[in-house]
Amino acid sequence: MEHTPNHMVEIIDVSKTYTQGKLEVHALAGISLALDRGEFTALAGPSGSGKTTLLNLIGGLDSPSCGRIVLDGKEVTGLSQSRLADMRLNKIGFVFQAYNIIPVLSARENVEYVMLMQGVPAKERTDRARAILDEVGLANMHDRRPAELSGGQQQRVAVARAIVSRPAIVLADEPTANLDSATGQGLLEMMAKMNEKRGVTFIFSTHDKMVMEYARRIVRLKDGLVSDDTTK
Amino acid sequence: MHLQVSWRNVWRNPKRTGIILTAIIIGAWTMLAFGALSRGMMTSTLSNALNTLTGHIQIQHPAFRDDPVIDNRLTAPARVADVLEQHLPGNAAFAFRIQVNGVASNARNSESITIVGIDPAKEAGLSFYGDNTAQGKLLAPGDYRGIVVGQALLDSFETKIGRKLVLMTRDATLETASKAFKIRGTFRAEMEATEKQFVFITLDAAQSFLKAGTGVTSACIKLPEETTMDLEALAKTAKALARELPEGTAVLTWVDLLPLLKGYLSMFDSFMLLWYLVVFVAMAFGLTNTMLMAVLERTREFGLLKALGMKPSWIIRNVLLECLILLAIGLAAGNILGFATVQALSGGIDMSFMAEGSEFFGIGHLVIPYITLKDLLSVNAVIMGLGVLVCLYPAVKAGRITPVEAMSHT
Ligand SMILES: Nc1ncnc2c1ncn2[C@@H]1O[C@H](COP(=O)(O)OP(=O)(O)OP(=O)(O)O)[C@@H](O)[C@H]1O
Ligand SMILES: [Mg+2]
Repeated sequence: MEHTPNHMVEIIDVSKTYTQGKLEVHALAGISLALDRGEFTALAGPSGSGKTTLLNLIGGLDSPSCGRIVLDGKEVTGLSQSRLADMRLNKIGFVFQAYNIIPVLSARENVEYVMLMQGVPAKERTDRARAILDEVGLANMHDRRPAELSGGQQQRVAVARAIVSRPAIVLADEPTANLDSATGQGLLEMMAKMNEKRGVTFIFSTHDKMVMEYARRIVRLKDGLVSDDTTK
Repeated sequence: MHLQVSWRNVWRNPKRTGIILTAIIIGAWTMLAFGALSRGMMTSTLSNALNTLTGHIQIQHPAFRDDPVIDNRLTAPARVADVLEQHLPGNAAFAFRIQVNGVASNARNSESITIVGIDPAKEAGLSFYGDNTAQGKLLAPGDYRGIVVGQALLDSFETKIGRKLVLMTRDATLETASKAFKIRGTFRAEMEATEKQFVFITLDAAQSFLKAGTGVTSACIKLPEETTMDLEALAKTAKALARELPEGTAVLTWVDLLPLLKGYLSMFDSFMLLWYLVVFVAMAFGLTNTMLMAVLERTREFGLLKALGMKPSWIIRNVLLECLILLAIGLAAGNILGFATVQALSGGIDMSFMAEGSEFFGIGHLVIPYITLKDLLSVNAVIMGLGVLVCLYPAVKAGRITPVEAMSHT
């Protein structure tokens, strides 16, 4: 199958079935979807529709039962654990709903840590971390520990960390679920700005209609299938 | 940065870290302190034994060891003396003796004893003779009639200084010889048995009493104290002497002379190793358990790190680094405590409160604990090496946590 280099992510007929005892749960039931470079896409759908499952598969945290996933022109399906780890480190930025940052590290160190794993030299790490933290609106908070940051600020650190490694795509699973709506919208505004300014490709899942407003494309899932795909 | 991160992780839960550290510190401390005490007891036992007329090396007639009678004597001690004077290290000392079994008797009592003929000028400092005079005085050179006995023997014979004691033994002509000696003084020894066993007369008196001419039964050599435990050097010195000495002499080290003691000392070594293991096993349980708890508590964090692209080997390394930090701190503190304890006891521990018990094992009254480099290294190596090994389990466990299961972990 041909794929144009413009597709950042291609999901081709992907299924994911969980077996719980004798029960089979079809979290994804043969889904196909392509995301372009620079997209800012929301993943919507009721609880249990497969949003998290899909994001985990794209991010190589789990592998599909069948189907293929191509990321930035490279086949992801069937990679070894170690290759998947490399892929996550260099190609994927993650923002989770909660427990995103490492408690013993300051905001700056959290951002630096991924670059440390990537082997970026110390000086460059610090410079890049400082710049990105300023950009996400955390100037003056570089040296705060997570315990000294609000939930919204912690999520901003997570976004900064996801972006700083220069990934192909940032996957955010309900990044605003633990925030009040004003803070959530602030976070989304910031993410949208990063998408525009830096051209980072984002895909995030959400239940929040206000948050969906920021997306240029909304993909709705239902029972493990795409039920609606709207681009504004 | 790794070290910094691990360092912070170590202090994340100060209470738990405190518990682990306490375990390591107590482990290292007791290992060192008990090790030092054991060494002290071994040394005390050994020096006691060597002081009781064994010395480090003895030169004897080859048959004397199996049949310690005056027949089996060195007939030309002058040649032996020449060799010893030339080939012994400067800080070593030696003296000739005649040492045979006999019977001492007076009107009240009669006991089998060991008659020791000594050179009064040279014997002091070589053995316990002259260390601790209880009553009267020591033998003067050329004293043909005097005898020095143990205080306990004096008491059991119900006699006193100035009275006579008859010695009886077999002389060089295979006749029974007996002679009355005048008690000049009494000595005290670490052990009562020693006081009752040995009676001292001058070498000259012994030679004439036993009709041995200028013969002696042994030359006793004492090497510098600090080389006592250095068995290799001892064997080397003995070998060198054997090469130089004339035919018809046997060179015996204390290891040859006291094989039982040697065995007992090696047993001590094994006991110590066993003790290390017992302490370590107790410590290891605490260490693994607490580390495992610490790791499981951080399941979400390890899941996150894995999601971010950290490889299992990296996670294992980080957890091991944390263990290493804990072990290093614990060992440092344990070593300091151990040395401080030994320093505090450097005046020696008076064992006389258990005199009966310790005498049975031949331990002296004063035990000075000390730490040898070998013990220090083995304690630290055991704790460090096995400690890291034991941490491998929680570390691998942390490395196996997957992001997906971590996320469902609350
Ligand atoms: N590890 C798992 N084992 C078994 N079933 C699972 C597992 N993970 C997800 N599922 C099931 O797969 C289906 C899809 O779950 P998923 O978490 O992807 O939904 P979601 O759209 O993210 O829901 P939510 O909006 O509540 O986060 C659900 O029915 C869920 O119960
Ligand atoms: Mg979800």
